[in-house]
Amino acid sequence: MTTFGVLQIALYLVALVLLVKPLGAFMADVYESKRTFLDPVLRPVERVIYRACGVSPDQEMAWKTYAVALLVFNFLGLGVVYAIQRVQGFLPFNPAGQGAVAPDGAWNVAVSFATNTNWQNYGGETTLSYLAQMLALTVQNFVSAATGMAILVAIVRGFTRTPSPAQRRREGVGVGNFWIDLTRSTLYILLPLSIALALVLVSQGVVQTFNPYVTANLVQATKDANGNAVAQQVIAVGPAASQIAIKQLGTNGGGFFNANSAHPFENPTPFSDFLEMLSILLIPAALCYTFGKMIGDTRQGWAILAAMLIIFVVFLAVAVWAESSANPALTKLGVDQIASETQGGGNMEGKEVRFGIANSALWATATTSASNGSVNAMHDSFMPLGGLVALVMMHLGEVVFGGVGSGLYGMFAFVIVAVFVAGLMVGRTPEYLGKKIEVYEMKMAALVILIMPLVVLFFTALAVVLDAGKASILNPGAHGFSEILYAFSSMGNNNGSAFAGLSVNTPFYNVLGGIAMLVARYWLAIPMLAIAGSLARKKQVPVSTGTLPTHTPLFIGWLVAIILIVGALNFFPALSLGPIVEQLLLVK
Amino acid sequence: MSDKEIRAHQEIYRRALIDAFVKLDPRRMARNPVMFVVQVGSALTTILGVQAMLGQGEAPAAFIGAISIWLWFTVLFANFSEALAEGRGKAQAETLRRARRDTQAKKLKKPQRDASFELAPSAALRKDDTFLVEPGDLIPADGEVIEGIASVDESAVTGESAPVIRESGGDRSAVTGGTRVLSDWLIVRVTANPGEGFIDRMIGLVEGAKRQKTPNEIALNILLAAFTIIFLGVCVTLLPFSIYSVQSAGAGTPITITVLVALLVCLIPTTIGGLLSAIGIAGMDRLIRRNVIALSGRAVEAAGDVDVLLLDKTGTITLGNRQAVEFISVNGGNGTELAQAAQLSSLADETPEGRSIVVLAKEKYGLRGRSVSAGGETQDGMTFIPFTAQTRMSGVNFNGTEIRKGAPDTMLSLIRNQGRHVPMDLERAVENIARHGGTPLVVVRNGDALGVIHLKDIVKGGIRERFAQLRKMGIKTVMITGDNPLTAAAIAAEAGVDDFLAQATPETKLKLIREYQAGGRLIAMTGDGTNDAPALAQADVAVAMNTGTQPAREAANMIDLDSNPTKLIDIVEIGKQLLMTRGALATFSIANDVAKYFAIIPAAFATTYPALQALNFMGLATPHSAVLSAVIFNALIIVALIPLALRGVPYRPVGAAQLLRDNLLIYGVGGIIAPFIGIKVIDVILVVLRLV
Repeated sequence: MTTFGVLQIALYLVALVLLVKPLGAFMADVYESKRTFLDPVLRPVERVIYRACGVSPDQEMAWKTYAVALLVFNFLGLGVVYAIQRVQGFLPFNPAGQGAVAPDGAWNVAVSFATNTNWQNYGGETTLSYLAQMLALTVQNFVSAATGMAILVAIVRGFTRTPSPAQRRREGVGVGNFWIDLTRSTLYILLPLSIALALVLVSQGVVQTFNPYVTANLVQATKDANGNAVAQQVIAVGPAASQIAIKQLGTNGGGFFNANSAHPFENPTPFSDFLEMLSILLIPAALCYTFGKMIGDTRQGWAILAAMLIIFVVFLAVAVWAESSANPALTKLGVDQIASETQGGGNMEGKEVRFGIANSALWATATTSASNGSVNAMHDSFMPLGGLVALVMMHLGEVVFGGVGSGLYGMFAFVIVAVFVAGLMVGRTPEYLGKKIEVYEMKMAALVILIMPLVVLFFTALAVVLDAGKASILNPGAHGFSEILYAFSSMGNNNGSAFAGLSVNTPFYNVLGGIAMLVARYWLAIPMLAIAGSLARKKQVPVSTGTLPTHTPLFIGWLVAIILIVGALNFFPALSLGPIVEQLLLVK
Repeated sequence: MSDKEIRAHQEIYRRALIDAFVKLDPRRMARNPVMFVVQVGSALTTILGVQAMLGQGEAPAAFIGAISIWLWFTVLFANFSEALAEGRGKAQAETLRRARRDTQAKKLKKPQRDASFELAPSAALRKDDTFLVEPGDLIPADGEVIEGIASVDESAVTGESAPVIRESGGDRSAVTGGTRVLSDWLIVRVTANPGEGFIDRMIGLVEGAKRQKTPNEIALNILLAAFTIIFLGVCVTLLPFSIYSVQSAGAGTPITITVLVALLVCLIPTTIGGLLSAIGIAGMDRLIRRNVIALSGRAVEAAGDVDVLLLDKTGTITLGNRQAVEFISVNGGNGTELAQAAQLSSLADETPEGRSIVVLAKEKYGLRGRSVSAGGETQDGMTFIPFTAQTRMSGVNFNGTEIRKGAPDTMLSLIRNQGRHVPMDLERAVENIARHGGTPLVVVRNGDALGVIHLKDIVKGGIRERFAQLRKMGIKTVMITGDNPLTAAAIAAEAGVDDFLAQATPETKLKLIREYQAGGRLIAMTGDGTNDAPALAQADVAVAMNTGTQPAREAANMIDLDSNPTKLIDIVEIGKQLLMTRGALATFSIANDVAKYFAIIPAAFATTYPALQALNFMGLATPHSAVLSAVIFNALIIVALIPLALRGVPYRPVGAAQLLRDNLLIYGVGGIIAPFIGIKVIDVILVVLRLV
């Protein structure tokens, strides 16, 4: 690894941590409906929206109502995305004349964008019209992210609510209002940040236009596969910057172009690369502070952020080390892969020269740790250990940063398990933030940590057994297994990044993947909301020296251990048959 | 240990061994998901073993057989731990049953001493029946004394051989079935139907038969079940993964069912799953050994969560009585003169306060108390005046000298009535004592004030340290007393309690508990009187003294057979220990998985991917020895931890942060390291013994 690479990574981490507090505090103000500097502009807009939609801003929802509202909203969105894809041929803003997307493919895309997964079975520039990209996909990029954030704040309110005895007896104590949380997340947080980022990206060369694709004369004529002379090239363009900003900020990751952020029109310069990478982790990291501020104890937020950062940095180091080291197969052929004045060295296959090893490994780790899924290099070409890092980051359940909102509330499930076992060890009924963790919470948390490994493992098993699954494998052997495991790990965790090397636009992967994405999103969100509803009804237990402290380095270490043992160990056998054995065979 | 005890011990082990097999009944096993999975796995490998012996096995019959045997051992060891925990309780229940058997009740037609009665078996008694018990009779059922007074031997229940007094009305009116009347007679009204009495409940609890899972235990069970389901998924999917790998690598054979079952059993939390119910039963048993009967497991668990202890001053914090600690002479008199007068006036005073005055005078001024006849007359013509409610003073008359002692207000009016003046320093001394929480007694001779005796509540030795420990544990102590606030504050300060409730009444107690509970705190208290019942019912952990009244005992969720209020502190520790043991073993169990993966995974795919041998850090000899070693370790660790499960993780009164650090170090880090060593050692032994 080069010194310059280390410095870039250090700069990235410092910038990220520095932004946590200001953005986190701002978001806390937004969710607590305090006055912010955007109020003069946005308050009137907000009021108009509520009036138009008939939402009364003071109305609190019990968790079940909240859950129903978000499900209805998300499934309507899903339907709209599906419909637009099917009829895009008849709609305007379609200069390339894209036709209807096949039903199974459209289903997969609709689920993918509604669930904030953004797994892409298609190439954007060859499949979708500008209208579909904007109205179907970009809209979902915003609202699926806002949905995740809304669920998170509802859960945080579960910790902070201290109901009166009369309220406790009633079935539901309010956890907020979904429509308000959704609106404020979009209006005050996602929109302003996206507009700012989109403008900067345009300044770096990201395209933003309604013009049709550009046809250019080739400087050097060539021949196609059939031997016909080719003198012209069609260069895809479109309203990209507006979609790319939110795809990075909202942990969506669905690229405008097929090559995602490796494409020069999505991510042209090292500076745009830095900003896009920063945007991946920005909101998930800052939400930790928002959580701390909303519960009135920022130490708790920092503790969770610290646990995330520890895991992140350790795996990042592995990834950077793996990619910096030479590929033994190429070394045998006498290829020079040593870093020097003239070359970055390391495994440059599938990487963009303008980004190099450090930024590609950093992006890969960030995009899989947050459930973003955009890529600036091809993960399939990573060294086996580099690919392993990406897989493990997803296998942790997307709780190390994770999706906006969903990462932190997924983390709460692990915190509940950690608090439960540690609480027993200090001889008290476990409690977190003054709320007792009892049978009901344990049931729901168990549902949350249980479902992901089962979905990923069983769907992978189906794919390696059935011919429909095996037919899509492009690389035989252990790597083929890694590819299938990666695909279902990505969809089963709402990540959306692709390992490639697998033809996934088949009915088998489209249907099964769609189910995996739906389960991964809502099987997590609904039990966590149920926990919020249950916690909201509970009394606040005052802190004493007998209380388990949940902000100390010791607890952070314990939480990390629980995440690694409970999250990652389940996949150790599967990983042994994939990247681990690939690596061992490679170095042998 | 005596021969008898050793025999009883052997008997418990023998029965536990038998019970371990009896408990294999799948209907019973299904209640514990973790161990049920192991049992199913054992049965499956047994079938595979038989198949292998018939020559069609997926692996050598010896290997499958060995795995199968050790899997059965795993189940049996877990059952044995539970049976062992129940053993002691069963022995105790047997004694209780014997005490109750064949009791004949003298059922009265009318609740009167001279009414006629008929002999009826105790099982025929119903609630509100009345019966008569006379010397030598066993009391046939739980009840309330409605007439009479008698001494009762309650050793069958309490183990305490000294007889206790039971009488109608007041705080000593409850009798327990199975105890024996030694003298006099009682008429008792039955308060519990057969099978619902105190002893019945005790038998049910000590046997573990009626033991219901406590909330934390259920929550832990859910977590363990979730892990089990995840690992089931991990192992089931490993077969298709393996088949695919064999196809694509073109080498080796797929993983065998035997190895999959072995991996599954090693991964699921069998250590904690197998010992969980033993831990719960042992926790109850620890209480019983300290002569506390918990009427619900939930209460034991709640004891660990208690934030506030409400403690009665008298008997818990202070010795039962006030004692004289100082003589303060006034009006220029000397101490010896005062001490002498005080001693003389107290010679016939048989109260502990009176005796303490005599003792203090002897110790401080070398004055010897004279012998006094029971009639209050001595040879030298002394006449003792006993304390009465009318005069509110006591004293002595001799040779024309009148000595009186009493409370300050009474004595001041006595002085004034005799036309003497009250010395300035007397009032000051009285005030001073009151301010320090003491009780002043003024001594007057012939109308002249001699001085003041300082009576003081004596705080029990070591109690201050105990409270400091509780504070470290995060538990607040509140002293409850009928004293005035000034006295209460002084004693509270001396004893080191965090807070006090002075001039307490049943209403203020109840109000205090509700206030604390509204603030999210859990309250523990002890009580014995009927007027304690509402507060006991409201408290989260309520310990009634066995000497207490029936209403108090019914309102409580624990009964202390020794009637020792200080025991509340022990109960809290036992509650915490119970939770800690579960947490520690759960952590250990989960941490164990790391090593087991490294033992089994390289072995499982040895034929397909020999390169995975790089993960065989432990250098286990062969794939079969690796899998077998892991399974053997997994079974033996249950046996090794049975003593810890029964004894409980040692509890030290320190803060939560330190407890967590220590336990994580021992059971977390230890849980990661121990199996690496254990599996390697077993592997070496297997190789040396040429078993693989």
